[in-house]
Amino acid sequence: VSAPDPTLPDGWEMVIGLEVHVELATATKLFCGCPNRFGGEPNTHVCPVCLGLPGSLPVINAAAVEYAMRLGRALRCEVRPSVFARKNYFYPDMPKDYQVSQYDLPTNVDGWLELPDGTRVGIERAHIEEDTGKSVHVGGGGRIHDADYSLVDYNRAGVPLVEIVGRPDLRSAEQARQYVTELRSIILAVGASDAKMEEGSMRVDANVSVRRAGEPFGTRCEIKNLNSIRSLGRAVGYEARRQVDLLTAGERIVQQTRHWDEDDGRTHTLRSKEEAEDYRYFPEPDLVPLTPSAHEIERLDGSLPALPAERRRALAEAAGVEPADAAIAVERDLDGLALAAIGAGGDPGRVLTHVEHNLAVEGADRLDAGAFARLVQMETGGELTATQAKQVLAEMVETGAAPDDVARARGFEAMGADALAAVVDEVIAAHPEEWTTFTTGDDKARGKLTGYFVGQVMKATRGQADGKAVTQLLRDRASAAAGRG
Amino acid sequence: VRAPGPAVALAAAVRAGERSAVEVVDEHLAAIAAGDGELHAFNLVTTDAARAAAAEVDRRVAEGEDPGPLAGVPVALKDNLCTRGVPTTCSSRILDGWRPPYDATVVGRLAAAGAVVVGKTNLDEFAMGSSTENSAFGPSRNPHDPSRVPGGSSGGSAVAVAAGFAPLALGSDTGGSIRQPAALCGVVGMKPTYGLVSRYGLVAFASSLDQIGPFARTVDDAAALLEVVAGHDRLDSTSIPEPVPPLRAGLDAGVAGLRIGVVRELSGGDMSPDVVARVRAAADALAAAGATVEEVSVPSTTFGLSAYYLIAPAEASSNLARYDGVRYGLRVDAPTTGEMYEATRTAGFGDEVKRRIMLGTYALSAGYYDAYYGKAQRVRTLILRDFAAAYERVDLLLSPTSPSVAFPLGAKVDDPLTMYLSDVCTIPSNLAGHPAISVPFGTGEAGLPVGVQVLGPALSEATLLRAAATLEAAAPAPVEVTR
Repeated sequence: VSAPDPTLPDGWEMVIGLEVHVELATATKLFCGCPNRFGGEPNTHVCPVCLGLPGSLPVINAAAVEYAMRLGRALRCEVRPSVFARKNYFYPDMPKDYQVSQYDLPTNVDGWLELPDGTRVGIERAHIEEDTGKSVHVGGGGRIHDADYSLVDYNRAGVPLVEIVGRPDLRSAEQARQYVTELRSIILAVGASDAKMEEGSMRVDANVSVRRAGEPFGTRCEIKNLNSIRSLGRAVGYEARRQVDLLTAGERIVQQTRHWDEDDGRTHTLRSKEEAEDYRYFPEPDLVPLTPSAHEIERLDGSLPALPAERRRALAEAAGVEPADAAIAVERDLDGLALAAIGAGGDPGRVLTHVEHNLAVEGADRLDAGAFARLVQMETGGELTATQAKQVLAEMVETGAAPDDVARARGFEAMGADALAAVVDEVIAAHPEEWTTFTTGDDKARGKLTGYFVGQVMKATRGQADGKAVTQLLRDRASAAAGRG
Repeated sequence: VRAPGPAVALAAAVRAGERSAVEVVDEHLAAIAAGDGELHAFNLVTTDAARAAAAEVDRRVAEGEDPGPLAGVPVALKDNLCTRGVPTTCSSRILDGWRPPYDATVVGRLAAAGAVVVGKTNLDEFAMGSSTENSAFGPSRNPHDPSRVPGGSSGGSAVAVAAGFAPLALGSDTGGSIRQPAALCGVVGMKPTYGLVSRYGLVAFASSLDQIGPFARTVDDAAALLEVVAGHDRLDSTSIPEPVPPLRAGLDAGVAGLRIGVVRELSGGDMSPDVVARVRAAADALAAAGATVEEVSVPSTTFGLSAYYLIAPAEASSNLARYDGVRYGLRVDAPTTGEMYEATRTAGFGDEVKRRIMLGTYALSAGYYDAYYGKAQRVRTLILRDFAAAYERVDLLLSPTSPSVAFPLGAKVDDPLTMYLSDVCTIPSNLAGHPAISVPFGTGEAGLPVGVQVLGPALSEATLLRAAATLEAAAPAPVEVTR
């Protein structure tokens, strides 16, 4: 269990459950042969089926079912026989005025995913459903209520979605962000979706409530319109705070759906529970149940790639660190490179540091692991300073050249320890006043002046000095001076 | 060996070059022009397209090609079957002006078999009714007595065949909508096993019950039409993925050795005595032909009507939601979207459709689902079980098709519950997904035709048609429509 979210007053805890919709990366829509493609001239990717024309019937896309079940297995769900259901409500962007979804018998149930910090978050279900079209309200500020007229684009209607309903196991905005990041990595790993929040191929709704530690769950509000992981964090934080303020003031939370406004950083009432629709779910008679065989599920399991949590564990074990410290490498899909570089004799700490700080660049995944390991060895062996290593690495990524060649071409020769000490002493001698302050001043002053002295040494050596070594030398000289005094 | 049905004979003559398809179609168009003003079988007669299609059939014959088993045969289509570029109204104002951009699968199969569509036939709005009086375009009339209803909802198709406007027609049967009008108009009508005929392009009323089927003058013709339209279609997920066995081939095999059960629950006091008498005569005829006939109880059939009037409206309330004025058909403008929906649906739907949308919406509502829709589905399971038990003892079942002969226009239109009872004998087959056929078997009150119904288990079409052919051969001479 991680620390409570710092934005809430002591004694309060937030409880978050996320519902995430992802558009599946199929070539065609869920129930017809129209292309499943983002964009396009309005109403060009449509046919009688996805327009819900009278007499048309849906036929399930086998690839969508396959993706949904793969994702389900990656989320450790039980994949069960499932039944489509109609969710009935009127809306202009919904061609049939019902949405084909799943209700009491979803495809995937009872799974979990693991955050980098080791927290397991429950997945209640991950079901298949069709997307709706998009309404564009023209005039009157773009809101439906005071628009002059509205246009509807049905290109998105019938695009396959999986809705992943998480359990209310998250306890902070940071965990909510981590959950979505982790979920996205898993979705990408199994290839189920491109999961782009900004394009809407991944959409997140957050259920948020608060309670005093140890109390039962409070009344929740659902937040919509979260268009980035950052918005999610901000909105959840704001909403929890709003609820704590209300409760502290002796008021009650009203269960409602709220809209996150990115500009003013607040959530606003959209509708309350009393206005909630009765969707009149019933089994979709135009489709037959999905009944995956044990053999099929076994085949799915066999085809799953290594998932982020396993990859973090593998890298962490090889590097002798905590899984959380391997998270960035896995997120950037560079854990394979890191493992190979460590295997080829590169120092694990330096390898991870480079992956984290210096390899967030295009083409990093093409880096040769052996060459990367060699670079790290040159660095740890004192042939290159950290700064030089970074520059060499950048060129290696760009040109594919060997580290020794790059270092030679750039004239990077390791500075001997004696030579460096000589330069440091020269710099100290040249700045007596600063040095006195450095040796006698408080920590704050010393901190400031460390940067100053390192800068001077770097200048004198044209950047060839190792910053860490310089800092160490400065410390040694200072304590020697103190000893004399 | 019996003579082939008139439609089959026509096709044979056209294929052999003995008759011209254009001539055949023109004769039927002339009959429609002469008689349909009074009977109103058709919402639309597709004269030009029919002549063009017939000319194409003739051209192919002339060039030595075979246009198919129904070459040059005029066919009438119930106006809830989608026809590309041709208005498809469901006899509702709400589809005003809509022309489907595609053909129903059965329409494509008809064309591929050389059949010629002559028009779209009248129906109870969205197939909801038993008299064709619920049409927004006015009722169809029974050719045997135009003051009486032809039955429904596929009344127009039944009338078209009975009046000689077309030798064949297609209808749809959700609770008896093919069999009951067939019985009342004195023609053969069949509801096949659910999934035997693709529903793609059939405008849905109640998706789990709807099934397309044939109308014809004879059992042979009905079998020929069913052979053409039946068979797997990947566009309908509920379509049975099996090849359809030949249906015409065994028609002469008779019923010797077959066990046939007369359904006790559908023979009693709720049925008119004239109808009960004809069913008894039909049972005797089957026994005389060598079948073993006994009375069989199928207890839950009596609950069928109640279950049906929850399930069908529930599905309809969802299926008909899409008629909202946003995309096609009628739109009555109003200041807000919600008001536009309301104004459009108020103006576009007739009373019976509104009644069923409300019934179905209620039956699916939170808190009522289990008591109504859920329980109705359990009754459905019960009916399936009772049928299964009956089919352990017998091969086929026999019952009336309709509790009475054709009733006068207006007699039941203000009393929905009495009207609903018209389907009491036919509904159980829809709930079970089983096939059933109505065959004319003499006359009842006022000299009007009576149909008897033969029911069978799933995919028993061949046996069913064989029994129907036996009844047809034993039936009194058919009542001719004289006009």
